[in-house]
Amino acid sequence: MTGVALFAVFFSAVFTNNILLTNYLGMCSFLGASKTVKTALGLGSAVVFVMACTSVLNWVVYHYILVPLDLVYLRFIVFIIVIAAFVQIVEMIIERLSEALYAALGIFLPLITVNCAILGASLFMIIRQYSLAASFVYGLGSGVGWAVAILAMAGIREKIAHSRIPHGLEGAGIALIVAGIMALAFMGFNGVLNLN
Amino acid sequence: MAAGRTKQIFLKNLGSDNPVFIQVLGICSTLAVTNVLKNTLVMCLGLVFVTALSNMSVSLLRKWIPSRVRMMVEVLIIASYVIIVDIVIQACLPDVSRQLGPYVGLIITNCIIMGRAEAFALSNPPLASLADGLAAGLGYSYVLLVIAFCRELLGSGTIWGIRVLGEWWVNWSIMVMAPGAFFMLAVFIWIVKGYLIPRDGPAKECCQ
Repeated sequence: MTGVALFAVFFSAVFTNNILLTNYLGMCSFLGASKTVKTALGLGSAVVFVMACTSVLNWVVYHYILVPLDLVYLRFIVFIIVIAAFVQIVEMIIERLSEALYAALGIFLPLITVNCAILGASLFMIIRQYSLAASFVYGLGSGVGWAVAILAMAGIREKIAHSRIPHGLEGAGIALIVAGIMALAFMGFNGVLNLN
Repeated sequence: MAAGRTKQIFLKNLGSDNPVFIQVLGICSTLAVTNVLKNTLVMCLGLVFVTALSNMSVSLLRKWIPSRVRMMVEVLIIASYVIIVDIVIQACLPDVSRQLGPYVGLIITNCIIMGRAEAFALSNPPLASLADGLAAGLGYSYVLLVIAFCRELLGSGTIWGIRVLGEWWVNWSIMVMAPGAFFMLAVFIWIVKGYLIPRDGPAKECCQ
């Protein structure tokens, strides 16, 4: 794949096909952890890192283990084990290496195992038949796109924290409307890059 | 298991403690598969199957699962059932399987299932857990079906692929796209929380 094609994959993962706003993945932690910008930044960076690494790991596992052994139907179970194991190892390494980094990212890592965006990125990468390099770029781009969306959301929610919102819309309701408007805005990126 | 208890479990999951509009769990698939009614129904059946059986299995094994690795065990149990669902859908409904894409696999990370396993199955007997899983699945399903009905009707003028609105109807194409899903769910939550459920302090927040 050429550099331009890789850039196209990255750009579309961040903007035109944002994993959160067009594929709705990772909504639970998106709604739950977007109350303050600080939390959003911590979770966002953890997702970028884990998603980029697990896409590559799962690509290798899928193409070098599952396909030759004809065990493709086991991919869900294998992917989730790879993700959980990776998160666990990273958590232990961070704990040993840096107190500050652990304080910043540590509490978010367990949440990530059950973040559907991570598993979703791996599944999309298989369905779209990306190469190894493209998978890395796609994982990275999806992570960045997710982080951009949750940061923007947290910024908006901090602003509207003291606004008067109709009773039924408090909390999740207003967050969904904000997400909808953000999704509308991101649709503006459609056609900026012509893929395929 | 007393009949009264079962009734209570069902009422709670369908209404006052509904996984979608009260606990705000499992929103990913709520939004992603609800643009066409048929896909939604398939997805809901899959989810009810997985929630009910995985809840029961976790409950059966609850005395042997070491608490340190219980999340991992739960995920593995859930994933096994999801593989069954995926294979069945691929074999019987290949078109739907293609349209649902990765979302069948993503039932694994649907927080409703994990949530029920953690909150209910680990401390309750198998039959009650089966009922609870079934109820949670149904509570999720009817919300999805209502949303899918509105989105398909407004977005394509059809229900179950059959055209019901005449030629005069201009499709709201936004309803089948991403933003429409967010708005639709927000409106649904608004109506339910604002008008149907009595006000009882601040709304509970999500998740995981």
